[in-house]
Amino acid sequence: MEANEHEHVIEVTGLRRVYGGGFEAVRGIDFSVRRGEIFALLGTNGAGKTSTVELLEGLAAPAGGQVRVLGHDPYTERAAVRPRTGVMLQEGGFPSELTVAETARMWAGCVSGARPEGEVLALVGLEAKAGVRVKQLSGGQRRRLDLALALLGDPEVLFLDEPTTGLDAEGRHDTWDLVSALRDRGTTVLLTTHYLEEAENLADRLAIMHEGRIAVTGTPAEVTASEPSRITFELPDGYFVGDLPPLAALGVSDHTVDGRTVRLRTRELQRAATRLLLWAQETGVELRRLDVRSASLEEAFLGIAKDASAATATKKEYAA
Amino acid sequence: MSTAMTTPVSRMTALARAELTLLGRSKGTLVAALFVPLVLPLSVRSAAQEMDLAEVGLTPGTVVLPAAVGFSLLFAVYSALVGVYVVRREELVLKRLRTGELRDAEILGGSALPSVLTGLTQCLVLIAACAVLLDMSAPSAPHLAVLGLLLGLAICAGLAAATAGLTRTAESAQVTPMPLLIISMMGSGMFVPLEFLPDRLASVCELLPLTPVVTLVRGGWTGDLSAAETLGALATAVAWTLLAVFAVRRWFRWEPRR
Repeated sequence: MEANEHEHVIEVTGLRRVYGGGFEAVRGIDFSVRRGEIFALLGTNGAGKTSTVELLEGLAAPAGGQVRVLGHDPYTERAAVRPRTGVMLQEGGFPSELTVAETARMWAGCVSGARPEGEVLALVGLEAKAGVRVKQLSGGQRRRLDLALALLGDPEVLFLDEPTTGLDAEGRHDTWDLVSALRDRGTTVLLTTHYLEEAENLADRLAIMHEGRIAVTGTPAEVTASEPSRITFELPDGYFVGDLPPLAALGVSDHTVDGRTVRLRTRELQRAATRLLLWAQETGVELRRLDVRSASLEEAFLGIAKDASAATATKKEYAA
Repeated sequence: MSTAMTTPVSRMTALARAELTLLGRSKGTLVAALFVPLVLPLSVRSAAQEMDLAEVGLTPGTVVLPAAVGFSLLFAVYSALVGVYVVRREELVLKRLRTGELRDAEILGGSALPSVLTGLTQCLVLIAACAVLLDMSAPSAPHLAVLGLLLGLAICAGLAAATAGLTRTAESAQVTPMPLLIISMMGSGMFVPLEFLPDRLASVCELLPLTPVVTLVRGGWTGDLSAAETLGALATAVAWTLLAVFAVRRWFRWEPRR
């Protein structure tokens, strides 16, 4: 196998998807995923994540742009791509009256170089459910069955559409461990999720989608670095915001006051926090409920969703 | 990697095996597919006793046997398969299968295999039963009967996929096969041989999808089908097969409507 470390396993350029009714779900996106990387597509419901992944899986032809998976078009060159990819759809896809073992056996018969079914069922902790009909499985167990089948052919590229939706906290962590282990063995993983924690924990790089476009992309650290950090505290009795040192000099970009709670946003967290604490010490007051934190992916995510909808709202106003 | 690659045959076999298990677990489909085609020929037989068959060169056997084949094709193959395709689509099974190595034609073929084999087995059992119970002689043109049966299986499987494309829900899959069932039973010479219909009506009925199947199977036993009649029936059957393939490519849906 060609083992170029920096090879782009998935390449997407100018990708668009338009549904029958004319709705444009994917509006021109570009990204690429390197071999052995976990890439997460994040976004709210309706952002276009699943529409995008289905194009990468080769289930539909794009309305515009291009997809390359392992150097091939996954839609027109199906036979070249499918033996090397594993897919977990967002939901279902199993006859409800088959047992877990029968489902796995059927799927194994359709996968080149399939591993023993028992092995992959054990990998996701379903070996005890082999004789149970699919309709009697819980939502989380079905997700795990789907994951097991996606892994049957030891794929080079794995597409996981919301792999942990419906799983409990333990199941979610088990899946994360499994996916990380696969990455360590060289599998390339593209996953979608609306759990920010999942992207933060798993992804080497991620893209946040909003209304069919990629709003921001990068490593989790890069994406969060673009957002300001936060300092929150309660004003001491008898003090007002005006009694604090001049906020601009602290490196604070903006602030809000809610009752006695003050929220400061800053891109210079260390400077702002130090100055604020020195002021408190010199003044001899205690800042109760003090909370100092760097931006998380969640803030970045909410910030993007807010900015983008504000931008859309403005556009609509202009249009009106 | 020195791993075994799948082949179209191995993939379709795996799928067909799962579908066979599912067919065994679907009581409603089983009853309709297995028992209806066993019961209906009895009513054809009693109807045939009312007709003056000798006048048109037929016997109870050459009326009941082709009708029995037609019932098998309609109920065990066509009607059952519409349900299979629609239910698998609505369960997202077809979509899931399309993410793998199976080609589209393999998915349709593998899913159809258990119903097609059930229909074929049932036809053979019914033919044997008719031959024994209705005291029939050996077919004088067996190749026509074989051709008719094979074309019938292809037409019914193809039309089932086409019908599934026009069926929105699993519930409506109980209803959408009805038009073809009724039209075929009435107009394809199953209950009433076309010889008893007015000429103009008969020539329209000759164009129905199952008429050439009934004609060829009957001709296989009577042996009095002219070359022109044989070619006409074959052409009609092939045309329906191609039409079904076209309809499937045009209208078959792999996912539920959103």
